[in-house]
Amino acid sequence: MSEAGATKKFLYINRKAPYGTIYAWESLEVVLIGAAFEQDVSLLFMDDGVYQLIKGMDTKGIGMKNFSATYSALGDYDVNKIYVDQDALAERGLTLEDLQHLVWEDENEDWAEKDSIRLVSRDEIAGLLEEQDVIFNF
Amino acid sequence: MLHIVNKSPFTTTSLESCLRVSKPGATILLIEDGVYGALDGSRVSDTVRAALADRTVCVLGVDAAARGIEGKVLDGIDVVDYDGFVDLVAANDGVQSWL
Amino acid sequence: MKFGIMVNEGPYTHQASDSAYFFTKAALDKGHEIFRVFFYHDGVQNGTDFTTPPQDDRNVVKRWSELAQEHDLDLVLCVAAAQRRGLVDEDEQKRHGKDGHNVAPGFRISGLGQLIEAGIQADRLVVFGD
Repeated sequence: MSEAGATKKFLYINRKAPYGTIYAWESLEVVLIGAAFEQDVSLLFMDDGVYQLIKGMDTKGIGMKNFSATYSALGDYDVNKIYVDQDALAERGLTLEDLQHLVWEDENEDWAEKDSIRLVSRDEIAGLLEEQDVIFNF
Repeated sequence: MLHIVNKSPFTTTSLESCLRVSKPGATILLIEDGVYGALDGSRVSDTVRAALADRTVCVLGVDAAARGIEGKVLDGIDVVDYDGFVDLVAANDGVQSWL
Repeated sequence: MKFGIMVNEGPYTHQASDSAYFFTKAALDKGHEIFRVFFYHDGVQNGTDFTTPPQDDRNVVKRWSELAQEHDLDLVLCVAAAQRRGLVDEDEQKRHGKDGHNVAPGFRISGLGQLIEAGIQADRLVVFGD
């Protein structure tokens, strides 16, 4: 836990699929606004939330705004700790290759491009939750 | 850490995910339709009973009573009221709502 | 202790707003402080002034308004979610040329920054939703 007055650890948890409901998009809006507050931010995708990161979405036929590009922009907002439940992927017949390749540029290493997505086990998720000061669910 | 589950275990995977990811010593509070997870004799009762070995499981009494199941809750599950709910939140550093 | 409350669903369709209301009330009765109640997604519908529920059922909106008045609570409806769902205060009415405004007493419309601030300032953030 962080000390009073210091930066807090914020975790945004996504467990719902995109487009069938608005939660995926509106949770991203919180993340983007929250990025300006310079807290220690992590995102977690588990259960059906892993579907949000699938690449190659085409929403023209359903008449909804395609917000896939917003995930790739997260790196520019200093949101680069994106945890994905590896078991949730496997249960759904998905692998990392099915997901968008999300990256960020590390200014401490000459702007080297690094992967934002980290696959995690359920034990690691348990540990991640316990470290947080504030957890948002949508 | 306090985990709050508000959906029936037969509607969503919330309770299942919560049980998989909560650590020993955690408290799980069942509210709203989540109280059905506390029912004895269901397909998930053994899983919930197993969790009681190293975690505390509570049910919000008014939600169980509203659904007619207050007397049918698994042994070992604590019944709390809203005051107890507030105390649980205050006593635990982290709160995770499994929506 | 200072609590932040997040309400993600509207009145009646889900129990979330009821649960949040009773939690908030219990926390206040125990002497805790409620930093803010932030309404997001369909939760902004908890702030509509045009609700007319049946007489023999609870008035979810009015109940929040009364609690806010009694305890000087800060009830915030997210502006982006409100715009999508037709919750309009006088400023939004003028800005967008609407025929009226419909925010119930005790509620105000503001940005998502208010939710983030609640997360930073409160000791605990409790989320009620679907």
